[in-house]
Amino acid sequence: MQDPSNIIEIKNISKRYNLGVISTGMLTKDISSAWARFQGKEDPNSRVMVNSLNKSNNATKVWALKNISLNLKQGEILGIIGKNGAGKSTILKILSRITSPTEGEARIKGRVGSLLEIGTGFHPELTGRENIYLNGSILGLRKYEINQRLNRIVDFSGIEQFIDTPVKRYSPGMYVRLGFAVAAHLDLDILIVDEVLAVGDMEFQRKAVGAMQSTVGDTDRTVIFVSHNMEMIKSLCNRCIVLEKGEIFFDGNVDEAIHKYKELNNDKTNLEIIKDNCQIIYDEEPSRPFQIKSIKVTNKTGDEENIFSIKDQIFVHINFIVRRHTIDLMVNLSIFENGELLLTSNINDYDNKYSFRIKKGQYKTTIMVPALTLKAGNYQLRGNMGISNYLGDTFDTKNGIEVKVHDKIDGLATNTTFTTRAGKVLFPVKWDIDFKGL
Amino acid sequence: MVITPNRGWFELHLDEIWQYRDLLWIFVKRDFTTFYKQTILGPLWFFIQPLISTIVFTVIFNRVAGLPTDEIPPFLFYMSGIIAWNYFSSCLTSTSGTFTANAGLFAKVYFPRIIVPLSTVVSGLFRFGVQLIMFLGFYFYHIYMGNQNINPSFQTILLIPIMIIQMAMLGQGIGMIISSLTTKYRDLNYLVSFGTQLLMYASPIVYPLSVVPEKYKLYILANPMTPIIEGFRQAFIGKGVLEINMLLYSIFFTLVIFILGLLVFNKMEKNFIDTV
Repeated sequence: MQDPSNIIEIKNISKRYNLGVISTGMLTKDISSAWARFQGKEDPNSRVMVNSLNKSNNATKVWALKNISLNLKQGEILGIIGKNGAGKSTILKILSRITSPTEGEARIKGRVGSLLEIGTGFHPELTGRENIYLNGSILGLRKYEINQRLNRIVDFSGIEQFIDTPVKRYSPGMYVRLGFAVAAHLDLDILIVDEVLAVGDMEFQRKAVGAMQSTVGDTDRTVIFVSHNMEMIKSLCNRCIVLEKGEIFFDGNVDEAIHKYKELNNDKTNLEIIKDNCQIIYDEEPSRPFQIKSIKVTNKTGDEENIFSIKDQIFVHINFIVRRHTIDLMVNLSIFENGELLLTSNINDYDNKYSFRIKKGQYKTTIMVPALTLKAGNYQLRGNMGISNYLGDTFDTKNGIEVKVHDKIDGLATNTTFTTRAGKVLFPVKWDIDFKGL
Repeated sequence: MVITPNRGWFELHLDEIWQYRDLLWIFVKRDFTTFYKQTILGPLWFFIQPLISTIVFTVIFNRVAGLPTDEIPPFLFYMSGIIAWNYFSSCLTSTSGTFTANAGLFAKVYFPRIIVPLSTVVSGLFRFGVQLIMFLGFYFYHIYMGNQNINPSFQTILLIPIMIIQMAMLGQGIGMIISSLTTKYRDLNYLVSFGTQLLMYASPIVYPLSVVPEKYKLYILANPMTPIIEGFRQAFIGKGVLEINMLLYSIFFTLVIFILGLLVFNKMEKNFIDTV
C-alpha cells in the first residue's frame, strides 16, 4: 500500500470486453472458420455486419472501465452512481474477484464481503437453517462465525417457524427475507453492496436500510454501495462517485454528486434546470434572438408556491430577453389541463407601455390569474414566445410548471356551489338584479 | 490482497483453500442430502447401481459371451472393477462440468473455484467407501463359502490408498482440462459422457488383462486406469497382472495430467465468467 491509512487502493483499473463473435461456441465451427480464414476465403460462420470495415475481424472491443483510480480509507462509505452501462457493476465484480481487470491493480487490506445477489447458492432441497450455513459460508464466513450469528439471523428474517422446512416451499418474500438476513449479518471489514436493498416490501426495506445503517454506522466498516436510489445513497454514504461511460466523472460529496448525475441525465435539447417545482430557469442561448429566461409561480406575498386554493390569486412571473430586433413578437401564458389548452393570455391583450414590438432588452413580467378562475385540479402553466404569424423562431417552456388548485377552504361555505360547479373554469361574474314583488 | 490482471500459470493459493475448508465440507454435506431427499430408496441407491451392473455384466459377459475372469469368481471380478471405475468416472464427469454448471454461482461471489471439484472428489470418496463395504460383504461371503481362488496379496493392499488418490487425481486432472474447454465449446460436454463410457471398455473391467491379445496389449496398457483396476483386483483376490513399471508409468501419467489440469484451471478461473 502506498499510503498505509488506505484500506483500498485502486490504481488505473481498466476492463475491456470483446464483443461480437469471439468464437461460435462449437469446436467444429471454429475449426471451419479458422480453415476458411487460412484459405483467404470469407468466414462462413461470421455474423452479418452492416458497417464492417474490417471483414476479417469478428470481434469488437469495448472498454467497460477506463483508468479508474480511487483510494478509500477505513470507515468511508462510498456510493457509486451512474447510468446503466456506466461500469458500476463491473467495478464491483473486479473488487469481488469475480472477474479480473485488463489493466491496473487494486490493493485491499482486510476481508471483503460481496453482496451482489440475495440468497447466493441457496439450494431448494435444503432447509432454511441449512441454507443459512451454505449462504453464509459462500459469502466468506467461517462456520463458527455463522454459529455465533445464527440466532440473530433467524430473528431478523422473521420466519423462525419455517426455518426447518426446505426452501423450495418458501414464498418469494420469505426467500428474500432469509437471504437478506444472512447478508445483513455479514459484518466483514469491507462490504461491497450492489443494489440488493432494492427488493422486498416497504417494511422490509426500511428494516434493511436500518440494518445497513447499523452495520455501517457505528463501526469502522468500509462500504462500497451501488444504487439508483438517491435517497438511500444520501442517507448511507459519506462520499460518492459518479461513473459515466467507464470513467469517474465526479468524486466528492454526496449532494454534489447527485446533482452532477442529474445534470448528465437531463434532456439536453431544452437546457432546463429545475429549481424545486415552482421555477424553471433556462440556459442562456445567445444564438437565439429571444428566449424565456425563467418562469416562476408565486402566491400573493411573493413566496414560491405551486399549491393554491380556488380563492387564491396565482401570480406567474415570466422573465424573458430580446436580443435582436423582432417584429410582431408575442409572449403568451397558456394554462393547460391534462394536455388540453384551457386559457391563454397574450402580453399584448391590454395595451401597455411596451406595446410590444421590437425593443432589445431584459423583461420581467408578472401575470395575475384572478381568484375563483381555476377549478380544483392540476394545471400546467406554460409560456411561449413567437412571431404573430407563427412563422420563424419560437421559444416554448414545454411542460412548464405544475400547479395544483384545491377547493378545501373554510369560509367558502356560502359559496360551496363553486366547488361542484360544472364548466371548465369558474366564472365569478356579478348579476345585477332588479326585483319586483308580485 | 492484491488484484491484478494476469494470474501466473502456477499460483495455487493453498492457504486460501484452507481458509474455505468449511465451505468444502458444506458442499459435501449438500451433495449428500440433496442426493437422496425426495427419493423413495434414498441411500440405497448407493448399493443398487453397482449391484445391478455386476449382475448384468456377469450374465452378459461371463455367461452369454463367455469372457473368462482369470479364475476369479465373476461376481467379485466385475464388482471390484465397477466400484473403482465409478469413483474415477464420477470425479471426471463432475469436474468437467464445474464451470458450466456453476456459472450462476461463480458470477455472483468469489471463493476458490477449485473447492467445487474438490467437494465432489470428497463426496465421491464416501460413496466409494460405502460401495467398498458392500463389496467386502460379498467378498467375505465367498471366503466363507470356501472359495479357494481368493488369495489376497497384502503388499498390494498397501498400495490401495495410493491408487485411490491416483484415481481422484486422474479424474480431476482430465476434468479440469475439459471444464476449461467447455466454457467456450459446449459440445465437448457430450464428448465427456460417452467418452468415459467408451474408456471403460478400454480398461480391464469386463475382461482381465491376461486375455488381451499381444498386439492390443500395448494400447490397453497405455490407459493409466489399467494398472489401478488390475491392482485393485490383485490386492483382494490375488489374481491380476501388475508390474512395477506399469504402475510407475500410470502414476507419472496421472501427475502430468493433474498438473496440466491445475495450470489450465487456474488460468481459466479468473476470466471465464466473461465468455462462458
